[in-house]
Amino acid sequence: MKHLWLTAWADIIESLRAKWFIVYTSVFGGIVVLLFVFGITESRIMGFTGLTRLLITYIQLTIAILPVFVLITTVRSVAGDREAGVFEYLLSLPISLSAWFWGRFLGRFIVVFLPVFLAMIGAVIWAAIKGADIPWGLFLSYTGLLLAVAWCFLGIGMLISSMARSSDIAQGLAFMVWLTFLLFLDLILLGIMIREGLPSDTAVILSLINPLQVFRTAAMVLFDPQLVILGPSAYIILDHFTETGYIIWSILYPVTLGTLSAYAGYYLFKKGDLP
Amino acid sequence: MIKFDNVKKTFRRTEVLKGMNLDIKKGDRIALVGSNGAGKTTMIRCLLGEYTCEGQVSVNGMNPREERKLVLKDIGFVPQLPPPLKMPVGQLIEFSASLCDADPKQMIAVSERLGLDFEQLSARPFVKLSGGQKQKILISIALGRDAKILILDEPAANLDPEARHIFFQLLAEKKDEAVMLISSHRLDEVAALVNRVIEMDQGLVVLDDRVEDEIDLDSVLKSEIRIKRVDEAFAKAIKAWSFESENGTYWQGQVAGPDRLRFLGVLSRYAAILKDIHMEEHKK
Repeated sequence: MKHLWLTAWADIIESLRAKWFIVYTSVFGGIVVLLFVFGITESRIMGFTGLTRLLITYIQLTIAILPVFVLITTVRSVAGDREAGVFEYLLSLPISLSAWFWGRFLGRFIVVFLPVFLAMIGAVIWAAIKGADIPWGLFLSYTGLLLAVAWCFLGIGMLISSMARSSDIAQGLAFMVWLTFLLFLDLILLGIMIREGLPSDTAVILSLINPLQVFRTAAMVLFDPQLVILGPSAYIILDHFTETGYIIWSILYPVTLGTLSAYAGYYLFKKGDLP
Repeated sequence: MIKFDNVKKTFRRTEVLKGMNLDIKKGDRIALVGSNGAGKTTMIRCLLGEYTCEGQVSVNGMNPREERKLVLKDIGFVPQLPPPLKMPVGQLIEFSASLCDADPKQMIAVSERLGLDFEQLSARPFVKLSGGQKQKILISIALGRDAKILILDEPAANLDPEARHIFFQLLAEKKDEAVMLISSHRLDEVAALVNRVIEMDQGLVVLDDRVEDEIDLDSVLKSEIRIKRVDEAFAKAIKAWSFESENGTYWQGQVAGPDRLRFLGVLSRYAAILKDIHMEEHKK
């Protein structure tokens, strides 16, 4: 356990000094600042009205940015470290492969989750200073969703890093995975598939196993509990899951997918050549 | 102590190790030589348990892949290319010492013997150090712990003459308790450090020979060189060995005992202007 934490800590220190982390933090911190600057929190008549609108907009932007950011930076730095000889040297030290792999996973998770989370905390502090009501329920649900999405795409990133032998291939694969999820996010595409004879149940299953879609629908559920925005397909979600059930699914499923992907990555890492 | 039994390693369709057999015993100080692509790095990575391979590699009867923590606890490794780690030097030492259950103070002491000002460097990112400083830190981590096997890949390539001499002293202190495997492209770089030479070519051991190891790793040769005339190129080359001269034709300095062959190699380039060479061995 000591070695796992040592590796996690070393990975955090490495990441904090990396250029990608500076860009990553600036993007998420910048989004919150911009949302404040452009008055997303305010109404023309009542002035500062609280955080609900800001959090909703923030989460919508996060859906677009977080998965691809986590995927690309993870595969680039992990596969890049392997290419540059970091694995060759650090894995010549007496550390178990499980402590190394999971330590890196944990360290990386802290590094990708904290800036996103801290940006939300910053918004909450600002709201508290302004004396506005803080929607704690929404805040906690969004925190859970962000945690699940970061964990999920980090796990997929670790799997890709273990599969690909070079950072170029790893980046290409990561981009393809993200693009595939993005493609099935498109309701128009799903509509065409149904029109072409795809059973509607299959379309629903595709939506339920696409972590991007799960995240997106859950974010909608939180501000539109009846899912009016989705039209008739809302009945399937609400009939099968209920609102709370879907939120639980939207957290449990990405976490499980991320954990299984990371475990598959660990299995490949352990069985293959390390550097 | 270390045994390679019919070890084969293939990358896609290229067989890099072709059934390698080797037995390394306690007290062996081995120069592992061979051209690029001979299989030296692959062999080292198999020994460190970093590569899977066919056949058997064992260290004290243990498989380095399956019992990596126990095996690697006894191995100090210096790679040819320092890893581009961004963590501060102090943290790298702490991290390595914690993993190896070693005392970081010992590693710091070795780095200071090699001429580093550790306090000044400890907060600097490892990747920002010069090539020589990185090499010294990696040597400190490998030698500042109780390693029974030292695997050194071109370890002295970036060191200045004074640091090379101290490095040889450090190896001399370990020579009775540790097996050393020193990889190099050129035998003259490491000849004086070793008592056995293994040459690899195309994935096989093509030469396995004992060599004379009369040279004291700890000795220095007080040297005086006279040349026929002042020569700018010679002056530049000899100053790199910390030699000094008042008139440009008579040079004085000292050479680490194990470095004598390398030094004579440098002098041979200026044979036409050499007038007199005098070298006398002393224990420092």
